[in-house]
Amino acid sequence: MKKFAKYEEWFFKGLMYLSTLSIGLVLFVILFSVLYTGLPYLSWEMISSIPEGGYYYGKSGGILNAIIGSLYLSLGSTALAFIVGMPLAMFMNIHLVRNTKFVSGIRFILDLLWGVPSIVYGAFAFTIMIYFGLKTSLLAGIVTVSLFILPIVVRAIDEVLMTVPRGLFESALSLGSTKSEIAYRIMFKQCFPGIITAILLSFGRGIGDAASILFTTGYTDYIPTSLGEQTATLPLAIFFQLSSPIPEVRGRAYAASIILILIILIISLLSRYFTKRYEKNKINF
Amino acid sequence: MENPKIKIENLNLHFGNQHILKDVNLEIPKNKITVILGPSGCGKTTLLRTLNRLSELNTEAKIKGTIRIDGSDILNTNEDVTVIRKKMGLLAQRPYPLPMSIYNNVAYGLKISGRQKKKYLDKRIEHYLRQVNLWDEVKDRLKDPASALSIGQQQRLCLARGLAVDPQIILADEPTSALDPISSQMIEEKFVELSSNYTLVLVTHILRQARHIADHVVFMYLGEIVEQGSAKDFFENPQQERTKAYLQGQFY
Amino acid sequence: MKIKSIGIGRSLRSKLHSSWMAVCLVVVIILPIIILVGLVLKSVPILDQYSLSDLLFSSEWRPMSGKFGFSGFIISSIWVTLVAMLIAMPICLLTAIHLTQYAKKWMLKTMYPIIDILAGLPSVVYGVWGVLFVVPLISDYIAPLFGKTTSGYTILAGAIVLAIMIIPFILNVLISLFNTIPTELSEASLSLGATRWQTIKHVVLRKAFIGIVSAFGLGISRAFGETIAVLMVVGNVIGIPKGIFQPGYPLPSLLANNYGEMLSIPMYDSALMFSALLLFIIVLFFNAISRMVIIRSTKHI
Repeated sequence: MKKFAKYEEWFFKGLMYLSTLSIGLVLFVILFSVLYTGLPYLSWEMISSIPEGGYYYGKSGGILNAIIGSLYLSLGSTALAFIVGMPLAMFMNIHLVRNTKFVSGIRFILDLLWGVPSIVYGAFAFTIMIYFGLKTSLLAGIVTVSLFILPIVVRAIDEVLMTVPRGLFESALSLGSTKSEIAYRIMFKQCFPGIITAILLSFGRGIGDAASILFTTGYTDYIPTSLGEQTATLPLAIFFQLSSPIPEVRGRAYAASIILILIILIISLLSRYFTKRYEKNKINF
Repeated sequence: MENPKIKIENLNLHFGNQHILKDVNLEIPKNKITVILGPSGCGKTTLLRTLNRLSELNTEAKIKGTIRIDGSDILNTNEDVTVIRKKMGLLAQRPYPLPMSIYNNVAYGLKISGRQKKKYLDKRIEHYLRQVNLWDEVKDRLKDPASALSIGQQQRLCLARGLAVDPQIILADEPTSALDPISSQMIEEKFVELSSNYTLVLVTHILRQARHIADHVVFMYLGEIVEQGSAKDFFENPQQERTKAYLQGQFY
Repeated sequence: MKIKSIGIGRSLRSKLHSSWMAVCLVVVIILPIIILVGLVLKSVPILDQYSLSDLLFSSEWRPMSGKFGFSGFIISSIWVTLVAMLIAMPICLLTAIHLTQYAKKWMLKTMYPIIDILAGLPSVVYGVWGVLFVVPLISDYIAPLFGKTTSGYTILAGAIVLAIMIIPFILNVLISLFNTIPTELSEASLSLGATRWQTIKHVVLRKAFIGIVSAFGLGISRAFGETIAVLMVVGNVIGIPKGIFQPGYPLPSLLANNYGEMLSIPMYDSALMFSALLLFIIVLFFNAISRMVIIRSTKHI
C-alpha cells in the first residue's frame, strides 16, 4: 500500500512536470515558428511604407498603414474606455463602497460582459451602423473596440482600487475633502502604477482583436487622417494577406505577425515594470 | 532530564534571509504537558511545525540541527516523512475539518495508511469520538459534513482525528484561540487527561492557560530559548530578567 | 469671500463628477440589455418565418433558396469546443496543482510570465501559428497515424489552437482558486501521515471541486466564442462534421465570413443575427452559471 502510494505520487508528479513543461514549450514553438517563417520577409520597407500599386501581388510596399491604423484604433478606444471606465471604477469603490450587494452586482455584469465574444460586439455594432446609415470608419472601430474593452478596463482598475485601505480614505474625508477630490487626488496617486498596468492590458486587448473590427473599420491602403475615414489594422492585415495565394504576400502576413507579437511583448514588459513599481510604491499599513 | 521524549540540539532555521530559530536546544519530557510560551513572532509556532516537519514545506526554509524522538534523529534520516508525521498529532489555531463527513474525518488517517475493515473502522471511530466527548453529540449524524458542527465541536473532532492515527506526541498551536470559554476549558481538561498516555507540546501566549495545565515550561523570545524548567520553578522562581518581565506582563 | 467661492467651485465640480460617474454606471448596466434587445429584434424576421426547431435541428444551409438550418454550425462549434476542452482540462489541472502545491520559486518566476504572454497573444497570431504549425502537423503526421488523409484544416486543428488559447485563461482561474484553499487544511492532512499526493487527491481537489468545474465552465464559454484563430484553421466547410479529421464550420466563423455580404439576400442578415444571438446566449449561460457557482462556493469556504 505504501509502495503503491509512492508510485502514484511519482506518476502524477511526472505528469505535472510534463504539462507545465508543455505550456512553456508551446510558447517557444509559437514564437519560433512565426519568427522562423516571418523574419526573412521582415524589412525596413515593410514597417516604413504603405502599400504601393500591385502590393497585393507581391510588389513593393509595406504595412505602415496597418501599424498606424492599429495604434490609432487602440489608443482611441483605450482612451474612450478609460474616460467611461475610470469614473465607474471610482464610483464603485468610493460612493458605493458601503453598498456591497450593488457593487458585486455591477462586478457580475462586468464579468459577464468580459466574457461576451468580440464577434458579437462586432456584429452588434455593424447592425447599429446600418440602422443609422453609418459607413465603416476609424471612429466606428474605436467605439466598438472600446465597448469590448470597457469591462476589462473597469474590472482591472477596480481590482487595483480595492487594495486601497479604508483608513486612507477615511482620514482624507476627515480632513474635509469632497468625495471626488479624494477620488482623484488620493486614489489616483496611490494606484497610479496599477492603473497604468490596467490601461496597458486593455490596450493590448484592443490592438490584438480582429473579430470586433472586421465589419466596422473597413480597410484601406492609406493612413487615416480623420476619424471618419476607413483604416487598416494589423490583425486584419495579417488575416487578409494570409488568405492570398501568392507566397510573397503570405510571407508578409508572417512578418506582420512578428510586428504584432513585438508590440504585445513590449506591452507585457511595460506592465511587468509598472506592477513591480506598484508593489514598491504602495503604502503598507 | 532522564529519557526525554524529544531532544532538540542546535536547531537553526532560516526562511530566506530571516533567521527564525537560533541555536535551539530543548528537552521535552515524556507523558507530560510542555508549554511553549512567548510573545507573538518569537518563533514558537515555527518550532512546533519543525517538530513534525511541516516547516520544510516552505521552499525557502533551511533547517540545520537535530531533533531526536526517543533517541532517533527525525531530521537527518531516510525514514519516510509520513511515518514521522504520523507519530505526532497536530491541533491548529482554528479547527480545519477536512472537506468530508464527520465519520470520514476521523477515518481519514486510518484509511490512507491502508485498507481497513468497515467493522473495525466503526469501532475505532466510536472510540476516538468518545475519547473527546463528541460521540453523544454526533452519533446520529456521522454522515453529515464536518463543517456543519460548531467551532468548538470541530476542534474536538480535529483532536479525535489526530488521536486516530495513534500518535505518541500531540502538538497544539494555540488550540483554544478561536474557541469560546466553555469549549476552551473542555480542551484544556482533555489535555490534562491525555497527558497520562501522550507527550503534549502546547504553544500558547495565554499565561493563565500555561499556569493551569503546564508540567514543563519553555520561554522563547526572538527565536531563542530564554529559559526552560518545570512549571513550578518557572512561575515561582524565574531566573532570567526577560522571563520576569514577561511574567509581569511588561510585553506580550 | 474668496474662500466661499472656492467652496462652491469645489462642490459643483464634485457634483458634476458624480453625475458623470452615474452616467457611466448606467451605460454599463444597460449595455448587455441593449445588445440582447438589438439581437432579438434583428432575429425576429427569421423566427417569424421558420420554427425554432427547424432552425436549430435542420442542417440544410442554402440562403439563396431560403434554407437556414444551423445544426451543422452548432455541431461544429460543439465539436471544436469539446475537443479543445478535453485537451486543455488535464493540462490546466495538472499545471495548476504543480504551480500551487509543488513548484519552487524559480519555477513560478519563469512560468507566470510565460502564462501572461500566452494569455496576451492576439488570436490572429494563434491563427497564423495554427496555419504554420498545427495544420501541417495534422496533415503530415497525426492524420496518417490514424490512416486518414486530410488537408489539415480540420476540427482537430481548430481544437488544438483553441485549447492553447484557453489554457492560460483557465489556468489563471484555477491558480487563484487553489490559492484560496488554506494551507492549514493540507497541513492537517499531512500531519495525519498522508503523502502530498494523497493530500491533493483527497483534500485539495475535493475542497476545490466546485470551483474547478466552474473554471472549466468559464473555459467553455471563452472557447465557444473565439472566432478568428479557429476560423483560420478549421476549414469552413458547410455540413455536419463526423470526426475530428473533418473540416468544420463553427458559429463564430459563419458570422465572420458572411457578415459583410449578407445584405443582398433576403433573410440572410436576420439569419446571421440569429446566430449571433445564439452565440451570445450560449456564452452568457455558461459564464453566468460558472460565475454564480464560484461566488457561492467562495462564500462557503
